[in-house]
Amino acid sequence: MRGFVRFVLILGLVAVAAGLWLTRPISIPEEEVAGLTGDAEAGEAVFWAAGCASCHSADEAEGEARLVLSGGQAFPSDFGTFRAPNISSNPEHGIGDWTLAEFLTALQNGISPEGQHYYPAFPYTAYRLAERQDLVDLFAFMQTLPASDAISLPHEVGFPFSIRRAVGAWNLLHLRDEFTVEDPLSDEETRGRYLAEALAHCGECHTPRNALGGLDRGAWLTGAPDPSGQGRIPDLTPEALGWSTGEIAAYLNDGFTPDFDVAGGHMQSVIQNMARLTEADRAAIAAYLLHARDDN
Amino acid sequence: MIHSRLILSAALAGGVALSATAQESNPAVDARQGQFQIMALNIGVLGNMARGNTEYDAEAAQAAANNLLTMSQIDQRFHWVPGTDNESIEGTRALPAIWEEGSRVIEIWGEFGTGAEGLAAVAGDGLDAMRAALGPVGAACGSCHDDYRAAAN
Repeated sequence: MRGFVRFVLILGLVAVAAGLWLTRPISIPEEEVAGLTGDAEAGEAVFWAAGCASCHSADEAEGEARLVLSGGQAFPSDFGTFRAPNISSNPEHGIGDWTLAEFLTALQNGISPEGQHYYPAFPYTAYRLAERQDLVDLFAFMQTLPASDAISLPHEVGFPFSIRRAVGAWNLLHLRDEFTVEDPLSDEETRGRYLAEALAHCGECHTPRNALGGLDRGAWLTGAPDPSGQGRIPDLTPEALGWSTGEIAAYLNDGFTPDFDVAGGHMQSVIQNMARLTEADRAAIAAYLLHARDDN
Repeated sequence: MIHSRLILSAALAGGVALSATAQESNPAVDARQGQFQIMALNIGVLGNMARGNTEYDAEAAQAAANNLLTMSQIDQRFHWVPGTDNESIEGTRALPAIWEEGSRVIEIWGEFGTGAEGLAAVAGDGLDAMRAALGPVGAACGSCHDDYRAAAN
């Protein structure tokens, strides 16, 4: 009997150890990125494509104020309200004192410099797919942006979601190294997929989520309930949207739908980012979306 | 006495609004939706030129811009009867925030007016001038949709 209890105890300890090991925060070592140098100008294009300003600028920021990444915007969800932190170049309140390895660890592994898991409201799940050089360039660009001494607000997340370690388990289920649309694509569609899936993270809002808050990749870009509680975030599949590539690309530039209605909500901010991309990149996103539709 | 009669009629009006269903169209809602359709149609004339879908035509551009300016000058009070928000009646995406304290709708409508004025001033002066002046008009539309229009179902 004592032998059995000991056996169960040991088994339990092994399970806990395995769990802790599997959900441990994984950091990118400094040596791995030592030789990399960023180009701030190239990084600006990544910055707009990745949509950083849409969540990390102050609420209602317009124009140049969108470059002040002071944080503070609230993001309601089924798990509580998340608050975008200050990611400005301020060394104390922002990310001004981060190393490149810490920056990449945050963006691609979802781990803070203190070794804590970020909540996936921050789309590291998408940025994980980004080319490392693009993120190195982004880091260089973000260092040129203004510093803000705004204090990051805590997330309003209740138990059990307040246990950060649980995000490690969530990551085991949801963190992927593959794109969602996997069929053969033209060069333009491949570029569009990179922009849409790795940088612009369209799926974060336009794809429904499962009970754990993970994206339902089988229903990729088919629309989802609006987190405000009213209405839906649009379905981007062909039957539902029915726009041409030209119409999608033009919308991402000027914000007018084919009927010359104007986007509201978060999409307005997304369009302000998309309008900064090259025309070829907007066309690539449109080509990807039309392709992505064919398989659904 | 007058007060209590006012309150009574206000309550009745509220009750009528609450009992309205999808089948019954509301004249205020119809009017404002029609107004926005006219705006979209005229923005479309300019937007299609700006996008290069149609050739720039100074006379048509000026006409569309003039229409938008005229629309911006229509007094809005009869379009926005209290109780015609999307929580009170069907068939509208107008959020109750429009009528709540601190609402910026009148200010934003003013921004649309300023934008339309700027647009009408240059719409006939060439494609680039028109395209640049169209931006603030679209921005005003977006500002209002941002906080005061519910997402579509």
